[in-house]
Amino acid sequence: MVSKPIEKTRIGAYLSGRRTRIISLVGLGIGLLIIIGIATSIGSVQVPLGTTASILLDKLPFVDMQQTWQSSIATIVLDIRLPRIILAGLAGAALAVAGATYQGLFRNPLADPYLIGVAQGASLGAVIGFLLPTTWNLSGIGIIPMFAFIGAIAATLVVYLISRVGKTLPVTTLILAGVALSALLGSIVSYLIISSGNRLHSIIFWMMGSFSGSQWSEVLMVLPYIVVGIAVIVIFARLLNVMQLDEEQAQQLGVNVESLKLILLAAATLITAASVSFVGTIGFVGIIIPHAVRLIWGADHRFLLPLSILTGAIFMILTDLISRTVLAPVEIPIGVITAICGAPFFLYLLRKRKKAIF
Amino acid sequence: MIELEMQNVTLGYDHHPVLEDITFKASPGEVVGLIGPNGSGKSTVIRALSHLIRHKAGKITVGGREINKIPRRELACLVGVVPQLPLLPSTFTAFEIVLMGRNPHLGLFESESRRDWDMARQAMEKTSTATLAHRHVNELSGGEIQCLLIARVLVQETEAILMDEPTANLDIGRQVDVLDLIKNLCKENNLTVLAAIHDLNLAAQYCDRLILIYNGRIHARGTPAEVITDANIKEVYGAENCVYTHPVNGLPTVLLSALKKKTPGENGISGRGG
Repeated sequence: MVSKPIEKTRIGAYLSGRRTRIISLVGLGIGLLIIIGIATSIGSVQVPLGTTASILLDKLPFVDMQQTWQSSIATIVLDIRLPRIILAGLAGAALAVAGATYQGLFRNPLADPYLIGVAQGASLGAVIGFLLPTTWNLSGIGIIPMFAFIGAIAATLVVYLISRVGKTLPVTTLILAGVALSALLGSIVSYLIISSGNRLHSIIFWMMGSFSGSQWSEVLMVLPYIVVGIAVIVIFARLLNVMQLDEEQAQQLGVNVESLKLILLAAATLITAASVSFVGTIGFVGIIIPHAVRLIWGADHRFLLPLSILTGAIFMILTDLISRTVLAPVEIPIGVITAICGAPFFLYLLRKRKKAIF
Repeated sequence: MIELEMQNVTLGYDHHPVLEDITFKASPGEVVGLIGPNGSGKSTVIRALSHLIRHKAGKITVGGREINKIPRRELACLVGVVPQLPLLPSTFTAFEIVLMGRNPHLGLFESESRRDWDMARQAMEKTSTATLAHRHVNELSGGEIQCLLIARVLVQETEAILMDEPTANLDIGRQVDVLDLIKNLCKENNLTVLAAIHDLNLAAQYCDRLILIYNGRIHARGTPAEVITDANIKEVYGAENCVYTHPVNGLPTVLLSALKKKTPGENGISGRGG
């Protein structure tokens, strides 16, 4: 009897694990497209799935569909629903990949995209924006996203400058400085909120996050940050794997740890800040999606990062769909839905797979 | 083939010098052992030679080039390290950990290929860890992890290997296996091997030369017979008359008897620590 040499099958198991993850990636990519189609069809005006598909396909280059739909339907699909869905997908992808990056960089399962002050910085910026006289109106982008973005970047810069020791950036110091600065900014935000009078409601709503009223102009502003940030992070995925050993071993295996930390921190912070500025501080996605992906597909960042991007996008589009349809015409804040839908599923995963998760 | 060399090097952390005026050379084809009591600075030498810490004075060269002028990735292609039992991330499999040894040889846009996978498999076979390939590392024993780390350094294909207590967690059978493997590799491929070893008898058997570090300086150096002497052992470890000649290989062998150990405090060990 001729059997395969044992050593060949040993690599075989590793390779089949890779194959499974590649197939999952392709599957999730197709799933994302289908879910975009379905989510675009559902709403106060029901559009048949076939019509939605035709309208969307018609927009692709080199595809010409015969127009069988009313132009008002096309407007609903293309100018009202689609930008909102794309923005939700981008935000979900951004938060999930940023969360995975922070968790990997800090080797800490509790890390999320808001750990080092991005969210509180953005909140303070946004609240200041809300409290400014409404007569201030900067052309182009809304004043709130601009202030939120500046706040997010400024807060992270302060945390970075405080934690830097010479040419190194000790990760624990960075986390502690982030937590402390977040607390400080959070208390300022709380004070501003209670003294905000009639703007209280809009501030609270912004902070819980929402995709309502999203426009293509917003999508186009967020897109470059998120695409560039994600590309940079994914390029360094293999080095992020080596970083999981510890910083000393990573250096002994040829990783320039300090510059890697800087590059990844900058990229992850930029995409988080871009997302938070336009859609508010949506919690839960950034911490849970990477863990769920890790539980299902393992810890290799070359798969963890792209799988988190797709899963995050799908998750956010679905939760946004729920938030705008369940109690229509009232919209439930997206932050409420992410936790209500996501937490039970994550707890189920934790319970089902009792092996080490991080 | 590269030489590792330290010339009048001072090493330390913050303002506290650990080692002063260290000068030695490790050449291709020889196994050099670093011995000395706890806290004497054996690990510090290894950390300095893999450029984890910067030296405060003197000159460290790898293959004739100053270590701080060699880019990190290039250095990792020249010098590989087996660290002293680190915590490994539990979510990776043993095979993935070994494969990480290929990292310095891969460019930013490259990924491991069939050749790298085969190399990792062979290294795991050589270190008898092949059966562990798909186990998660949190399920492995200290000794198994030690062997994995040796497999990883083999995969790294460096010309010099630094080892920090490579046998500390191994049973006596594995100790011999691992050191035999390293010694053979060293002789066959003309590698430069520098190992910090606690066990004086293993050091005597496997190292061509020994460097005894004590009180922040090199206390003695030379062949095992020159370094492991009654006088040196008494001064450094405080144990008297315990060096014998091995009945088979004729190398110095330390046999400790409790009665021959002086009380602590008299022997000078407690003066330096940490």
